[in-house]
Parts: sequence; structure tokens; C-alpha cells
Amino acid sequence: MIVYLLCFILFLVGIYGILTKRDLIKIILSIGIMGYAANLMLILFAYRNNSIYPILSEGKAVSQMVDPLPQALVLTSIVIELGTTAMLVALALRLYEKYKTFDITKIRRLKG
Amino acid sequence: MIIPYFIIIPLLAAFLITLIAGEKDDWAIILSIIAVISLLILSLFSYITMHTETLSYYMSSWKIPVGIVLVQDALTSFMLVLVSIISLTSLIFSISYVRNLSGDWKYYSLFMLLVAGMNGVIITGDLFNLFVFVEISIFAAYALVAYGGKAEEFEASFKYAVMGSVSSTIVLLGIAVTYSATSTLTLAKIGEQLPSINSSIKLWIGGLFVAGFGLKAAAMPFHAWLPDAHSSAPAPISAMLSGILIKILGMYVLVRIFFNIFDAPQFFLNIFLIIGSISMIAGVFLAVGQWDFKRLLAYHSISQMGYIFLGFGLSTTLGILGGVFHLLNHALFKSLLFYNAGAVETVTGTRDLRKLGNLTRIIPTTSNTSMIASLAISGIPPFNGFFSKLIIIIAAIEANQPVYALIAVIGSILTLASFMKVQRYGFRSEKKADVNGKSIDWKMNFAMITLAVLCVATSLMIIPGIREIALDPVVDVLQNRTLYIQLVMGK
Amino acid sequence: MNKEPGMTLIVKTVTRISVWLIILYGFYIIFHGHLTPGGGFGGGVIIALALLNVLLAYGKDFTRKWLNIKLLENFESSSITLFLIVGIIGMAVGGSFLFNFIDKGTLFNMLSSGTILPLNIIIGIKVAMSLFLVVLALAAYNFDKGDEQ
Repeated sequence: MIVYLLCFILFLVGIYGILTKRDLIKIILSIGIMGYAANLMLILFAYRNNSIYPILSEGKAVSQMVDPLPQALVLTSIVIELGTTAMLVALALRLYEKYKTFDITKIRRLKG
Repeated sequence: MIIPYFIIIPLLAAFLITLIAGEKDDWAIILSIIAVISLLILSLFSYITMHTETLSYYMSSWKIPVGIVLVQDALTSFMLVLVSIISLTSLIFSISYVRNLSGDWKYYSLFMLLVAGMNGVIITGDLFNLFVFVEISIFAAYALVAYGGKAEEFEASFKYAVMGSVSSTIVLLGIAVTYSATSTLTLAKIGEQLPSINSSIKLWIGGLFVAGFGLKAAAMPFHAWLPDAHSSAPAPISAMLSGILIKILGMYVLVRIFFNIFDAPQFFLNIFLIIGSISMIAGVFLAVGQWDFKRLLAYHSISQMGYIFLGFGLSTTLGILGGVFHLLNHALFKSLLFYNAGAVETVTGTRDLRKLGNLTRIIPTTSNTSMIASLAISGIPPFNGFFSKLIIIIAAIEANQPVYALIAVIGSILTLASFMKVQRYGFRSEKKADVNGKSIDWKMNFAMITLAVLCVATSLMIIPGIREIALDPVVDVLQNRTLYIQLVMGK
Repeated sequence: MNKEPGMTLIVKTVTRISVWLIILYGFYIIFHGHLTPGGGFGGGVIIALALLNVLLAYGKDFTRKWLNIKLLENFESSSITLFLIVGIIGMAVGGSFLFNFIDKGTLFNMLSSGTILPLNIIIGIKVAMSLFLVVLALAAYNFDKGDEQ
């Protein structure tokens, strides 16, 4: 139980970072932390005590392996996060180009 | 089997555009138009021919617990038709609109990715596959919001991307909890396993999905990104985002998960009702004070999404009918209003209502279609918005929820007030507007007139004979909740 | 001292030798994707990192001259088109998208598992090209200019 709780705390750390940080790059890093927490949660849900990695090779019984599906899901979600991060970094760079700052309190042209 | 073509055609078009279009934008336009027209034909064909059937399609011929299943039923076909109509008109509108910007083939490629993602979300029967398609479409949306390359657009896109990533992570967490509880990701199988799991875990799953997809639907506590993103995007993209993207990524997914899979638990229906009524009132109050045309429309999107939430939250037959009908109607008239805003911006170079004037003489088609759309969104008979709002209000009264009915009526009156402001200042004032010499060509007019005609024509769907063919199968899918599970699992 | 763009001579020399080894390792990972951990995504990332090594060591101008960027872009979009075509062939042969229409062979052989190997190669090319081009595009920003609006 305690590992799930720690994982959820990691998720909340990410949310805290997004809500309180003023630097664009730190916000992007916080989003990364949230994503890692969700991935870690998936891997933890798949874990079983005393079992081995889910790779089929000669002389390994399938029944001893951990659930491989969440690992495939995590791989997919890592790819998606890679895309998200690249997109956000590109946007942050373009914002820097336009406003000459990474400070979110100075980037406030849209209001209402 | 035509089911996988709904995903293959737009994806193939998107990548063929990058491959062969290169610098030649005309090829990109032709390819994307062909793709969207074939999607429209396919979706209309499936909507007309198999409106009560449920078909499933197994990817790579793997059967249910192993493979990914695609499901097509009445609700799916209905949404596919909606996506095809709006994306076709949006594409036709873009042909002349986007030439004002730069580097066009990228735009069409991203546009087709957006369509592919939305079609995928609609048609998939697998929870993680749904997540992946949500990401595809929302990625294309981030890029398209920033497409114009102005500082405000990057700002809006960054906000949108941050909120979108947060919501996606929450959804991923929800998927993790679901998988740990049920050991499956196929939606129908989750529904089958669900009665056996513990109710506190059900609450976790539901809460995470409401938060995640509610953020994407821009329901009121999570609405902050919407006005920026939808008002900064190019006008045809605003129409796509406001017209269908928030409905499909938000509303359709929530309805599919909570009605067909979770069997509509009362607790979450109450949440739907509450966030619906808050969005309805707060969205319209924020909209009345706006002077930026597109920003006003964006706030109205929040408000109108409230009506849809209210209709589904009542969960009676009439309420669901109202929700489905209003979903269709709102997509039509809100897209039309965004095209009007785009046309006004092309002609005058501004979206500020105070700087506009007697546009009726300069752009009569835009002005007249915007009148139709304004009357439809404010709920004036005989336009479609009146009937769907009336159904929702009657459903609220029948379900002994007069407070919600009252809120819906107040919201409708305020909507009328704010659109009277648009017409008064934007199109029909005495003041002479500044025009920059650009004109609206026939393609833009065609897109606007098509949607204006549909705004009037869809009000015929309320006539009992047509309603039984067009809307009742869709309502039945949501009304007979567990039937979806049985049909997909093949029992 | 060093007027050329990029890093020092030591880094450049090491990069010149190692980049091909890294690309070879990336291909090894891609081709054994159906037998060992790794596969299209992992191998593609390794190939992209090899190219990024060149970008870091020699600077972006040299990399743009050394590699034909237009060709890489075409590789990227044609690989995903090929993926869809393999899927459609599966539909023509077996009746469903991405149906495994090649003989599956015996387990633990190099040529086993049917269409998974070609699809892994396609995905490897796609990932390598996209990741490299994304970073190249990000490296293209010039922070000295930029308009204050």
C-alpha cells in the first residue's frame, strides 16, 4: 500500500509544480514528473512478488512472469510524453523568441 | 467491412500530403478534400444502412480479450457523420482563409491527423486505444492553435498544451486503476467485470475519468484554457475545436464510459447535472461582457456544453434525446458562427465588436447566416436550437428537477441578450466599418450557407417520423445500457 | 583557437568513429525486436541519438550539409505510409487490418513472427527520423533575434 501512496504523492508533486512554478521550463518538468508517476503506477500494478521479467526465451515458464501488458502501455505512454515534451519545449522556445522571457507572469497578453 | 477505413483514410491522407504534396499546396487541398468527402460518404452510408445494428471489428483478427476491437453502433455512426460534415465545411472554408497565413500543406496534414484522431476516439472499443487517439487529435489541435505564428497564439497553445497534458495524465492514471481492478482494457469486458469490483475503486475510476475528460470537455471548473485556445486558433480550426473536438474528446467519451460501461451511477449523474448547470450560467455570464467576437463565442461553447451535460445528466429518455440533439445542433451553429467570425476578420482585420459596423451591406451572406446561427443558438423557433433546448427543459421538468429547468431558461435568455449585442454592434449598427479591401469568395460562402441550411433542416429531425429513424436509435444505445456490452462480447 | 563551429578535435574524432558503431547497434536492436527487449522504438531512438551526436559535435550547419534533410523527411513520411500499406495488405489477405500474413516460422529464429519484423524496421526508421528532425528543428531557433511585439 505504501508504494502506491508514495507514487500518488509523486503525482501530487507534479501538480504542485504546475500550479506554483512561474518558469515555463519548470512547468514542463512538472508535467514530466506527473507522467512518470502515472507510468510508475501502471508498472507497480503489474508487479507480483517473486516473478521474473516478461521476455520469452528458452527455459522460462510463462507462469512466473509479471504482467507484460502494462509495460507495453507504459512504452506507448512514454512515446506520447516524448511528443508532449517536444511540443511544449518548442512552444516555450517560440514564446521566448516573442517575449524574451520564460516567466509566466510576464506572458499575459490574453485576458478575460 | 468499412469500419477501419474511418481511421485509415484520414491517416493515409495526412502522410501522403507530407510525402507528395511537398511545396505544392494544391495537391494537399485536393487530397484532403477527397479524403473528407469519402469519409462523409462512408459515414452517411453506415448511418443510413445499419442504424440499429452493432458491428465489431477485430484488429489483426485477434479476438476480444487479446486484441483491439473497433465497435460501430448507432451512436458511433451519428458522431462520425457529425465529424465528417463539420470537417468538410471547415476544410472548404480553410481553402481561401488559410492562404492568408503561411506554409499550407502542413496545415492540411495536421487537419487530417485531427480528423483521424477524432474518428479513432469515436470508433474504438478499447480504453488504451482511445487514450492514444485522444492524444493524436489533441496534439494536432495544439499545433493548429499555434499555426498562425503570433505571440498570442503560442501563449494560448502553451496553456492548452499544459492543461491537455495534465488531463491526459489523469486519464492515464484512471486507466491504470481500471486495469488493476479488472485486468482488461476492452470497454465491453470492463463493463462485464465491473459489478464484481469494490465500490471505492469504482469511485476512484469515475472520479479520475470525470476530471480527465471533463478537462477536455471544458466543463466549468476546468474551463480556463478554452476561451484562449478557441479564440486564438484560425477560424476553421476554432470551428473544429468548439464544434466537435470538445464534444468528442469530452462528452462522447464520458457518455460512452459512464452510460454504456458504468451503467450510469446516480452519483456521477448528479455531478453531470451540477457541472452542467454551473457551466451553463457562468459561461453565459462571462460571455455577455466580451467584446472580442471569437472570445464571446468560446465562452458560449462552455455554456452550451452545460446544456448537453444537463441533458445527459437527467438520464431519462427525453433528457438523452435532448443531449444528443443539442450536441448535433451546437456543432452546426457554433461552427457557423466561427466561420462568420473568420469572414468578418478577413474583411475588416479585427474581431473587436466595437470596431465593426454596418457589415450587412458589405458581406450580406455572412451577415444573414450569422443571423440564422444567432437565432438558433439563442433558441428562437423554428431553428434547431429551440427544439433541443425545449426538449432538455421539458425533460428537466418531467424528472422533477425544476431548478435545473429554470437555470436552463435563464441561460437561454442571457444567450439571446449576448447575441443581440453581436448583431447590434457587429453587423447592423449605423457606424461605418473599416474594410481592408479583401472579399469573401464563394468557397467561404458555400461553407456558411451549407451550415445555415443544415441549421434549419435539422429542426425537422424533431418531427416524429424522422426522429424515429434519425435520433431514436442513438438514444437507444445510451438507454439500453448493458446491451452494448452484450452485443460487443457477442452474446 | 578553434574557429570552427562545434566542439574540440577530440570530440569530433571520437564522434566520427563511434557514430557508425552506434547506428549499427541501433539496427541490431531493431532487427532483434521480436526476440529480445527493444524493437522499433528503442533502436530508432539509438539511431537518432547517433545522428544527434554529430549535431552536438559538429554543429547544425555541418549536419545540415552532411545529411540530406529533405531525404530524411521523405523517409519519415514514407515509412508511416508503408506501415499503413502493410496493414491494408493484411486486410486484403486475411480480412482484418494488420493481419499477420507472412509465415510465422519457428520460435526464437531470426525470421519468425511474420509481419512484426518489417513493421519493426518501419517503426525504427520513423522514430529515428522524427526524433532527429524534432531536435534539429528545435536547434534551429535563433535566440539573438526575435521580435518584441
